[in-house]
Amino acid sequence: MQELVDLTSKLLQNGDVNVVIGYEEGPRGVRPVVAATPDDCRRLIFDHRAVHNLATYLSPRRKHLRVRGRAAVVLKGCDAAAVATLLRERQLKRDDVVLIGVRCGGVYRTTTAEGALSADNVADRCGGCALREPTLVDHLVGDLPPEPPTAGQRAARIAALEELSPAERFDYWRRSLADCVRCNACRAVCPLCVCERCVADKTDPQWIESSPHLRGNFSWHMARALHLAGRCVDCGECQRACPAGIPLTVINGKVGQVMGARFGFRPTDDPDAPAPIGTFDPDDSQEFIR
Amino acid sequence: MSEATATRTPPAVDAFEPKIIAFVCNWCTYTGADLAGTSRLQMAPNVRIIRLPCTGRIDPLFIVKAFERGADGVIVSGCHPGDCHYTAGNFHARRRFAVAREIMGFLGIDLDRVTFSWVSASEGGKWSEVVNETTARVRKLGPFNTYRDLVAGS
Repeated sequence: MQELVDLTSKLLQNGDVNVVIGYEEGPRGVRPVVAATPDDCRRLIFDHRAVHNLATYLSPRRKHLRVRGRAAVVLKGCDAAAVATLLRERQLKRDDVVLIGVRCGGVYRTTTAEGALSADNVADRCGGCALREPTLVDHLVGDLPPEPPTAGQRAARIAALEELSPAERFDYWRRSLADCVRCNACRAVCPLCVCERCVADKTDPQWIESSPHLRGNFSWHMARALHLAGRCVDCGECQRACPAGIPLTVINGKVGQVMGARFGFRPTDDPDAPAPIGTFDPDDSQEFIR
Repeated sequence: MSEATATRTPPAVDAFEPKIIAFVCNWCTYTGADLAGTSRLQMAPNVRIIRLPCTGRIDPLFIVKAFERGADGVIVSGCHPGDCHYTAGNFHARRRFAVAREIMGFLGIDLDRVTFSWVSASEGGKWSEVVNETTARVRKLGPFNTYRDLVAGS
């Protein structure tokens, strides 16, 4: 994408930024890269394999990147929504970053997929995306590609799980979460897991048992879902990073449905939009409270 | 008050008695429960109360922890909307519980084991109803060892 290469080289040459965080061709599909010279920028690409949410490199936990100075970062719409959340929560100063939006026609599930986007290989979040042209950006590049197809599997899976009895659902998650080794990859990759000290790391009192046994796994995954409720932008990075293949986006998707149905919340790249948790409406529905 | 009279006869030694943990706010429900006691209202003796400053102080992880430690049911109760001692704690809590509840349900915890209620300081009668209803419901569901025993040998 020549437009992206020219723009980022100019930003570096003019001294507007110190580094550019983008995508390059790697040995196994597309991978993130930090470009520090205009020469590096020639490697930058963007296509359907640009799955990663690069907003994660703007998290305050990434101190090794922050010390390199002002960064420009390449963002899809969903990634821009994560940046908006960081801004909303004062985890990032708008002036510290240059945001380069790309018009997006959807991404694959994996960084190595090939061929045309189809319902079988497109990421769950892409169908019906409202953020294909991010607005929270300093520069917007590319032409608007056609709308991505919709992957229906996740919605169907959530609906199927809801059909089950609590005991059957418990069994499903017991089998699924049994594989969790508590490597914390889901937490490490998440652009919005920003706590300096995670509740899962507390030992006294220990709210979440830290050994990789089922009981600790259940509380960890409940806490993770809860702490991301109304913040998660559904980028699906947690599931992609999970070495155990736990269907984390099924949980995220369910929480997203709840936030939408109850509070009318959808991920947005508007940093001034109110967060659903931390605000309230005196008339919120309370049908579950006696 | 049939459950209440039933509690007067001592249960058989091996009969299942539900263990229920109640997380209540200091200003309304705790006082309401106190009123229920001083009014000599009959209540199932299965509920252990944990008093907190406000429902806003009740992290949904408390509920999970209670189940982890072997509770069969949980009650979460505080001031009615608009009555919060800290103005808005229960409004924030209400949103959080709404989501937490759905997450727990989605992961397979039977939501009949968790009761959310608003009980004011003057509603001693309502508190005894909440206690009796929850105890009856959880008694019917049986012990909730599945969660505690997710770790073998505990």
